Amino acid sequence: MLSLESITKTTQDWLFAKFSPEIALTIECVIVILLCITLFAVLGLVLVLLERKVAARIQIRLGPNRVGPGGIFQTAADTLKLIMKEGLTPDTADKFLFNLAPFIVMMVAMLLLAPIAFAKNFQIWDINIGVLYISAVSSLSVIGILMAGWASNNKYSLLGAMRSGAQIVSYELSAGFAVLTIVVLTGSLRISDIVASQENGWWLFKGHIPVIIAFVLYIIAVTAETNRAPFDLAEAESELTAGFHTEYSGMKFALFFLAEYINIFIVCAIGATLFLGGWMPLHIGHWDGFNHIMDYIPSSVWFMGKTFFLIFVIMWFRWTFPRLRVDQLLNLEWKYLLPISLFNLLLVTVIAIMGWHF
Amino acid sequence: MYNQTEIIKDTTDLGPDGELVINMGPQHPATHGVLHLVVTLNGETIKKIEPHLGYIHRSIEKMCERLSYRQFIYVTSRMDYLSSHINNTACALLIEKGMQIEVPERAKVVRTILNELTRIASHELWIGAMAMDLGAFTPFFYAFREREMITDIMEDTCGARLTMNYIVPGGLMYDIHPNFQTKVKAFVKQFKEKVTEYEDLVTGNIIFQSRTKGVGVLTAEDAISYGCSGPVARASGVSCDMRKIAPYDAYDRVEFDEVIETAGDSFARYIVRVKEMNQSIRIIEQLIDNIPEGEFVGKTKNVLKLNKGEFYQRVETARGEFGVFIVSEGGTTPYRIKFRSPGFSNLSVLDHIAKGSKIGDLMATMGTLDLVIPDIDR
Repeated sequence: MLSLESITKTTQDWLFAKFSPEIALTIECVIVILLCITLFAVLGLVLVLLERKVAARIQIRLGPNRVGPGGIFQTAADTLKLIMKEGLTPDTADKFLFNLAPFIVMMVAMLLLAPIAFAKNFQIWDINIGVLYISAVSSLSVIGILMAGWASNNKYSLLGAMRSGAQIVSYELSAGFAVLTIVVLTGSLRISDIVASQENGWWLFKGHIPVIIAFVLYIIAVTAETNRAPFDLAEAESELTAGFHTEYSGMKFALFFLAEYINIFIVCAIGATLFLGGWMPLHIGHWDGFNHIMDYIPSSVWFMGKTFFLIFVIMWFRWTFPRLRVDQLLNLEWKYLLPISLFNLLLVTVIAIMGWHF
Repeated sequence: MYNQTEIIKDTTDLGPDGELVINMGPQHPATHGVLHLVVTLNGETIKKIEPHLGYIHRSIEKMCERLSYRQFIYVTSRMDYLSSHINNTACALLIEKGMQIEVPERAKVVRTILNELTRIASHELWIGAMAMDLGAFTPFFYAFREREMITDIMEDTCGARLTMNYIVPGGLMYDIHPNFQTKVKAFVKQFKEKVTEYEDLVTGNIIFQSRTKGVGVLTAEDAISYGCSGPVARASGVSCDMRKIAPYDAYDRVEFDEVIETAGDSFARYIVRVKEMNQSIRIIEQLIDNIPEGEFVGKTKNVLKLNKGEFYQRVETARGEFGVFIVSEGGTTPYRIKFRSPGFSNLSVLDHIAKGSKIGDLMATMGTLDLVIPDIDR
């Protein structure tokens, strides 16, 4: 049916039959790059519109509904506007770093697309240290943010960037421990192994208590890592204008903006892969009829459905909770989340050794 | 679960180096109106706050020296635009007292109902704006849903939504709209259902509580010595409701509680205002069914002249005690008018209570002081 692996298989067979291996590989690389960039653009469009619509509905109003049916061309119009804006670089700013910062943040987001399994056999790079690669690369975004804050030569930007940097570095620990929980249960860092181990049930259901705790910790930690409310001190409008990206305008601002939404997609995709079964359909025990029907739905639809559900939850948080103060934020991490995640890791190790999970 | 804010008591020995002076405002999303705060920071800790006022000074008091006694009333609507009816009532009461004008019962009751509706509308906007300062964008829209109902009622009866010129010395400018009673009753019913939403969304939220509890503590002695009034003083335990101390209009015959909290922090100020909204609904409920029939305005001459002398009248606006002081030389225009604005005294306490706390706390404190800058600058 709509199975994506048949497309990849036929393309690969055709390419390797027609060209020599090196050229076929190069052509595959080019195709993958083009697909990634397209995915970025489409995701950016969809996510920004989704955020605005979700925000509007929570606030008892309608959201964009003029540009295109139901407002679907709104983001395209906004992107066009941002491209045409004057990209103002402050006179006293460090020009090289100022221009480099958005690209670093974008690059990190793109690099993280590689190990994610979008559907069955539809993964760009199934590296054997998949989870470790993800944790390591996501830490690089701090450099981009600090660069942006420093190079802007602006007190507010610097304050915002420092806060943001402290926040991201702290919450990476909790996110890492939450992810380690699943690695302990699976016994492998490879993404395809983790998804394959959820064939008889998602880890959220199989791993009961420690995995549920890890899931909650993961959601909190990634909301903080992507600078989303209630942890959005770095962009707190009412306190510091726009934080580290105050001085950016035009296309560079659009890149920061886009990179934030892509980051949300990626962390939700990873959460869906690790905790909710990736592209595995929902199978309940021995209900064969039900399982058979679930199998009919293509795996890409399962993956996207789970990811977008998590994205919706994170967007829901933003419009419900007020903001945490910066010391409360760091308190939450170092005094509450980190001890809980350490204890959780111990708990899951005991459960894995004793075989008390399903 | 979250840590209380740490207030650094003695900020003098934090050292001159590492000091950062930032300007918040006059254009800033969080200072409600054009307030220019020069904040001296050491890291995240506030060492000193200097408010610079005057960005919206329009010489209202000087202007009133050219306006007749019927005209100057409506300038006060433009001062504290969220309590326009209450400010107008203060001026009208002063003239009625000075010229011994008889106000019919119907006018008194309707004026009281309008004052309380204005108080609720002001607190609704305050709740929305304060939640937005703290980062919760949604309560703003919920609060405005209720405020829209009130402005609809105002539009029907008074003809305008924000600066309602309706109260004249002697009573009302014209009779109330036929739909007034039904609409107010519908509003009261909806408000009682929806006020639990605010409780769930804002008051019970642990993030909100930890951001406002223990922040910006104002002791009762300081409140009295700085001249604070209204919810700011009542949250510190000072009993200062003008409606109880010197009742006017129909306040002496309705039953309502004066809401007093003793903690003095931002959360107490928040709770005082929310409970005040409930008390206002109580007042409206007692009055809306029995609006007496009769005249809506007392007999007055067309051109009013106050006798020579000094007159003072004070009322309880949504922000605190608002006072009008007129020196009259016996003519048709006042010789000198002075408005005692509640916001000015409430703002003067900001440096004292925000010293030693963090920028995030400054937002919570300023939000709960409920400042309307045109009222401060006049």
